[in-house]
Amino acid sequence: MEALLSIVIGLLTACGVYLALRGRTFPVVLGMTFLSYAVNLFLFAMGRLTIGQPPVIAAGAAGYTDPLPQALVLTAIVIGFAMTAFVIILALKARAELGNDHVDGRGRS
Amino acid sequence: MNTWPQTASLGLADHLTVAPVLLPLVAGIVLLLARGAGIGFARAFGLAAALGQLGLALLLSGAVADGDILVYALGNWSAPFGIVLVADRLAVWMLLITATLALPALLYASRGIDGHGQHFHVLFQLQLFGLNGAFLTGDLFNLFVFFEVLLLASYGLVLHGGGRERARAGLHYVVVNLAGSSLFLIAVGTLYGLYGTLNMADLALKAASTPAENLALARAAGLLLFGVFALKAALLPLYLWLPAAYANTSAPVAALFAIMTKVGAYSILRAQTLMFGDQAGPMANLLDAWLLPLALATLILGMLGALAATSLRAQTAYLVVASVGSLLIAFGLGSGAGIAAGLYYLAHGTFAAAAMFLLADLIGRRRGEIGDRFEPAADIDRAYLLGGVFFVAALLLAGLPPLSGFLGKFLILRAALDHPALPWVMASVLLAALFGVIALARTGSLLFFRTCSQRDGNASAPTGALWTELAPVLGLIALCVGLTVLAGPAHETTGAIAEQLRAPYHYIHAVLGGQP
Repeated sequence: MEALLSIVIGLLTACGVYLALRGRTFPVVLGMTFLSYAVNLFLFAMGRLTIGQPPVIAAGAAGYTDPLPQALVLTAIVIGFAMTAFVIILALKARAELGNDHVDGRGRS
Repeated sequence: MNTWPQTASLGLADHLTVAPVLLPLVAGIVLLLARGAGIGFARAFGLAAALGQLGLALLLSGAVADGDILVYALGNWSAPFGIVLVADRLAVWMLLITATLALPALLYASRGIDGHGQHFHVLFQLQLFGLNGAFLTGDLFNLFVFFEVLLLASYGLVLHGGGRERARAGLHYVVVNLAGSSLFLIAVGTLYGLYGTLNMADLALKAASTPAENLALARAAGLLLFGVFALKAALLPLYLWLPAAYANTSAPVAALFAIMTKVGAYSILRAQTLMFGDQAGPMANLLDAWLLPLALATLILGMLGALAATSLRAQTAYLVVASVGSLLIAFGLGSGAGIAAGLYYLAHGTFAAAAMFLLADLIGRRRGEIGDRFEPAADIDRAYLLGGVFFVAALLLAGLPPLSGFLGKFLILRAALDHPALPWVMASVLLAALFGVIALARTGSLLFFRTCSQRDGNASAPTGALWTELAPVLGLIALCVGLTVLAGPAHETTGAIAEQLRAPYHYIHAVLGGQP
């Protein structure tokens, strides 16, 4: 499970970095979204991967899964969601102001 | 200070630590709800809230002057389980600078720039909310959240007023900072995975006993964190976003942003002295190898940028980069004297850069179409007055005697005297000062002497209002003059801050209570 998750995070990050380096705003926004997915999964995994355990210590349970990364991920998701919404609106605004969707406003319109 | 206060004994005074965070938040919400009440109300209320923050910062600086560290456990969850706000001398010094800077910026904006778009005052207060929170928090993830708050508000402020250049610069600014936020989360996640805590005091304790097999990972996480803070501070390879964003936004926003790079510098200083300080065992002095060389290069490149800039605001933005360089040189020296000099220079650099941003807008609007670009234009009205103010601001930014810029540079050089890298520091700081003088002298002669004789009629701004517009600039310059006249007490204060930072045990003890 650890190997699979690492591969997924790595792949998401690679795609995110590649897309974020593109010259048009839409791929950049997508890249940022991929990056934030990768980061969220990474944060989640930092509490160690456990299966079938309660998030708080319960009587009779063999152990527990760390609840703090889950709280962190939740916060990160909310913030990431707001940022994505903002950057999409900003990209649309830049498209309208600059006449094209190149990040430097230089491409063919 | 008791970290587990009984609820019954909590008086108003105990809540003082959280007040600088709550006040701008509440003010921002009220301004948002009362957006129908007109711009006059928003201005008065925003100014009152900024004044209130200045009062709170003064109260807090009285409370921490004796070396007390105030710890406020949010929700009464004690550290390291809950999030704590920590007001030590450094945090309060930063709060004081922020509140002092906010007033002139807000006054200047209230001359009409705040009406160019929506919600200026709401965003301004939320920006202060994020700044104050970032300075006060004692928790790494909470620091991330406050970074996001201040960034989100700053995105709105950068774009305030709209326009082509602003949209483009804003897009770059937002995307760069989004990438920075992702890196911040990766660093925070790694640290949590290694140490199981995000409380900075607790991290400092646990970092000291990092097992050897985790050391590489821990150092990677620490340096990643440094990279993120360096991005916010606009340190060498990561400063490219700053000039365009600062040069294209509106003047009061650029003035307020003079403190934004200092948030990064503050975070670097905090990490360097607390988490990666001398006592941190295998993690000790993690940043030292990088900080000084990068800061020296930043200073030189910032000044070269100022030489090459084609408008006054772009030049000022590069001077902000250079002042971050000077600041981090001082922090990078790693001695108490260096930190004290750096904190003195931080206050000076923030006020001086803000004054120049406001002045650039004042001058630019009097030159008609050409604005603040470095091209010959018609004579401007009241050129003697504006030129005189520009001269003083230039003295401040270039670091020439007799004003606070010179004192700051002098203190930094004096702190470097017994440092092995002294030749490098000396050469860079003095060379940068030369570049600064050349750049600003050229700007001054171009703006005020090399003018075309004919005057195109549409270049006029309302001349009668000059004094009221100039008042915030003069206020900021007066602050720098105050820092010059009261250099002794100010340097004593920053010396006390440095002394407290050099003994992180007190901070850790205050946050974690009786635990060793």
